[in-house]
Amino acid sequence: MTYIAKPQFHHPGLPKNALGYTRRDYEGAVSTLCAGCGHDSISAAIIQACFDLDIQPHRVAKLSGIGCSSKTPAYFLGNSHGFNTVHGRMPSVLTGANLANRELVYLGVSGDGDSASIGIGQFVHAIRRGVNMVYIVENNGVYGLTKGQFSATADKGSKSKKGASNADTPIDLVMLAMELGATYVARSFSGDKEQLVPLIKGAIAHRGAAFIDVVSPCVAFNNHPGSTKSYDYVRAHNEAVNSLDIISPREEITARYPAGTAAMVTLHDGSQMLLKKLAEDYEPRDKIAAMQFLMKHSAAGQVVTGLLYAEDDSDDLHEHIGTVLAPLNTLGDAELCPGSRALAGINAGLR
Amino acid sequence: MSLSGSQGSGQPIAPIAAVNDFVVKFANVNGSGSASANLLFAKSILRMGVPIAPRNIFPSNIQGLPTWYELRVSEAGHLGRRGGVDMMVAMNPQTWDKDVQEIEPGGYLFYDCTKPLPSSKFRADVRVIGMPLTGICNERYTDPRQRQLFKNIVYVGALSALIGVELDVVSQLIGEQYKGKEKLLKPNIEALKLGHDWAMANLEPVGLRVVRSDRVGDRIFVEGNAAAALGAVYGGATVCAWYPITPSTSTAEAFMKHCSKLRVDPETGKNRFAIIQAEDEIASIGIVVGAGWNGARAFTCTSGPGISLMQEFIGLAYFAEIPAVIVDVQRGGPSTGMPTRTQQSDILLCAYASHGDTRHVLLFPEDPKECFDFGATSFDLAERLQTPIFLMLDLDIGMNERLCEPFTWDDSRSMDRGKVLHHARLEDGAAFGRYLDVDGDGITWRTYPGAHPTKGSYFTRGTTKDRMARYSEAGPDYIENMTRLQRKFDTAKGLVPGPIIRMAAGPTPVGVLYYGSTAPAMNEALEAFEADGVHIDAIRVRAFPFSAEVEQFIAEHDCVFVVEQNRDSQLRSLLVNELEIDPKRLPPIVHYDGTPITARFIVRTIGAKLGAIAAPERVLGREEARP
Repeated sequence: MTYIAKPQFHHPGLPKNALGYTRRDYEGAVSTLCAGCGHDSISAAIIQACFDLDIQPHRVAKLSGIGCSSKTPAYFLGNSHGFNTVHGRMPSVLTGANLANRELVYLGVSGDGDSASIGIGQFVHAIRRGVNMVYIVENNGVYGLTKGQFSATADKGSKSKKGASNADTPIDLVMLAMELGATYVARSFSGDKEQLVPLIKGAIAHRGAAFIDVVSPCVAFNNHPGSTKSYDYVRAHNEAVNSLDIISPREEITARYPAGTAAMVTLHDGSQMLLKKLAEDYEPRDKIAAMQFLMKHSAAGQVVTGLLYAEDDSDDLHEHIGTVLAPLNTLGDAELCPGSRALAGINAGLR
Repeated sequence: MSLSGSQGSGQPIAPIAAVNDFVVKFANVNGSGSASANLLFAKSILRMGVPIAPRNIFPSNIQGLPTWYELRVSEAGHLGRRGGVDMMVAMNPQTWDKDVQEIEPGGYLFYDCTKPLPSSKFRADVRVIGMPLTGICNERYTDPRQRQLFKNIVYVGALSALIGVELDVVSQLIGEQYKGKEKLLKPNIEALKLGHDWAMANLEPVGLRVVRSDRVGDRIFVEGNAAAALGAVYGGATVCAWYPITPSTSTAEAFMKHCSKLRVDPETGKNRFAIIQAEDEIASIGIVVGAGWNGARAFTCTSGPGISLMQEFIGLAYFAEIPAVIVDVQRGGPSTGMPTRTQQSDILLCAYASHGDTRHVLLFPEDPKECFDFGATSFDLAERLQTPIFLMLDLDIGMNERLCEPFTWDDSRSMDRGKVLHHARLEDGAAFGRYLDVDGDGITWRTYPGAHPTKGSYFTRGTTKDRMARYSEAGPDYIENMTRLQRKFDTAKGLVPGPIIRMAAGPTPVGVLYYGSTAPAMNEALEAFEADGVHIDAIRVRAFPFSAEVEQFIAEHDCVFVVEQNRDSQLRSLLVNELEIDPKRLPPIVHYDGTPITARFIVRTIGAKLGAIAAPERVLGREEARP
């Protein structure tokens, strides 16, 4: 992807997090996306979330596929290893990377073409395996880099910039992720940083497959009247079911909420998620009810956002397959090679 | 022993008499339980110290279709497929006519004579041995499943009696098989004795005999797929991602089995390995690439159709320089082709896999021993060269038990993890540019994700980049990178296993070049040529890129036959293309009907061409012309 180095000048008064890093330490190269692209806001939200959570930047591995959204890992976390893989196949590469070293934070960034079309198979299987990752789809309903073809998440009847109407049924990745067993499922809007940053933080703190569908308008090809992924449309139809606060283990919980209006979810690293209800009848731990709610509201043209589903006590692929705690890439000859004595026994059994 | 093959005359001739040197073929229906009985029979002969070479010829099916088990008994230790059948154990009415036709004149036909067959179903030049297997089993057993299963053991008992396989040896093997399952042990032994005693009382001995020998030594009897998987364990593989496909499936299954015994942390019971049965071959190689990028030794195992699907990722791994091991157990192509037959037809597919200019390292093991050795070495090569390594098996090596030298391991050996800058070296200020060729061998230094807070991070991509891993579309950056990748490939020539050269007893202008599973048939053919006084030098190629010895060998001969198991002489194309050799000097010898190549075929085809290619007196060590 295109690359412009960013000046390394730091304002001496920049606030630092608990590790002594400033926000700048979480930034990457200058974005080459179009001015006003929703994706840049998501990159900024990722930077903010990592800064807030005091994550060491180099302990994040950021992976992507191909497309505008997949270019963005170059624009955040410049001290992290990144991997721009092949179109639609980020999930498998992320799975392999995660198997090799379970100690890093795995951030997969993808788009709607990448995850809902060419790579839907990989999306599906990485989710159902419960790979410990944050999987963000920057969803704009079009193929931006090839100039405006409909993607598989474009709503039926929505209009392209040239005026064509989309005849195909859209794929709702949130519904798909819930059905496939993702243990943390959210939807947000690139224009709502207040909502998005805590959702990313929750996804990072969560163990298992965390999926966030972020509606992210394409200013060049899908921000016109008739589009259901434009800034105007999403603002007008955004129905947030809850708002989220992530409270780190060392923070004191001070706020009090009337019974039934908030719920506390404890994450495996000891953080607490405080979920404040906005939609009275939405319960993010009841998958069936949540799916019903989503179907009903999406049929009415609304974009339901917030933390849509979360499991309290989730686990991940490593637990499913029983791997050792030490990262597999740190094991040496002594742990891996059974040696000549074992081989003599094997030979004896083959005669 | 004759390698010329024999022509059926249809006339009665003397029955074949042979000791420890014959071929028995079992024609069965798959799913009937015959496979384990046939293996039992084969292993019994092996335990008597006589080398054997069995081959499964099976359908892509679970139950009801024809399957064959061809067992070559060879005191001389010839492990290739001989061709021809001395005794047919015809247990499948569907294939009767074809099976009877295949028997050598003077051979034997063993069959279930419970129901009489018209005389037109037999051959005058074949001795018929009828045994009422169904009748015997129906009389002895009431359960239909037992009647079927024990029929197999009953014929093993009868055949043992007929050709002199010691009953104690068979019984002991049954004992080992059913150790701890005494309930099954006793009836199996009874069935064995039932067949044996019936044959002793009712059948005449045949001319084929097994007598105890000492020609097996300490060799082992194992499938190539299992051996390659064990090699992966010893080579330090921790991640295996795969998708089921014949004939490679048993590689992943064997890796699972080996790991469950050899790679479980004794203290925690946790696994020092991760195996993922992926959703397809694309995901399999994607997982391998991700794990390799992150510093784990990872492999996938597949066959031709899987390699076709993996092309895009293979190109990424080549271009972004990520270690990966791909075990390709080749089968008949193109398309679904012959999924249960053998070929060496993925050579070009793998050598130049993916779009754009690519070249990949291929290893060609000849038997399970080399599957193990190369299986382990392939991980060192992958990390040293930071590129995909293809371990090229085929169905013949992969899925048949083969007699080979025992596995060996040098405990002083350690993994070669290649050029990796870890935290300490980065901290010490080591200069890092991901694609900077500091050593001049085309191999650059890499870092693992998460290694250091401020040093060593870079962006991995399939797009063009400069030496510092920065995106670049500049022509000079692209050319520098591609030239370096070629330089790296040249470095590989000195790292891959070199060829094995076998010089004839006398000087000769003729050579033969071969690889992989052709080896046992070629060994036998070369012996036969030598016995006839025909001198042919031989080179067994073990890897691509070709090392200098390969070029030299070809240069030293007027003509080098290239023997392969594919239609298009694929390795020959590689030789011509990579070494710029005049194709006329490399006459192709191809065998591609899906069955393993035989010594008879090699002798016949090369023999027919020899006269036309070289003056007979230059090839023959003695004066007389070849008959």
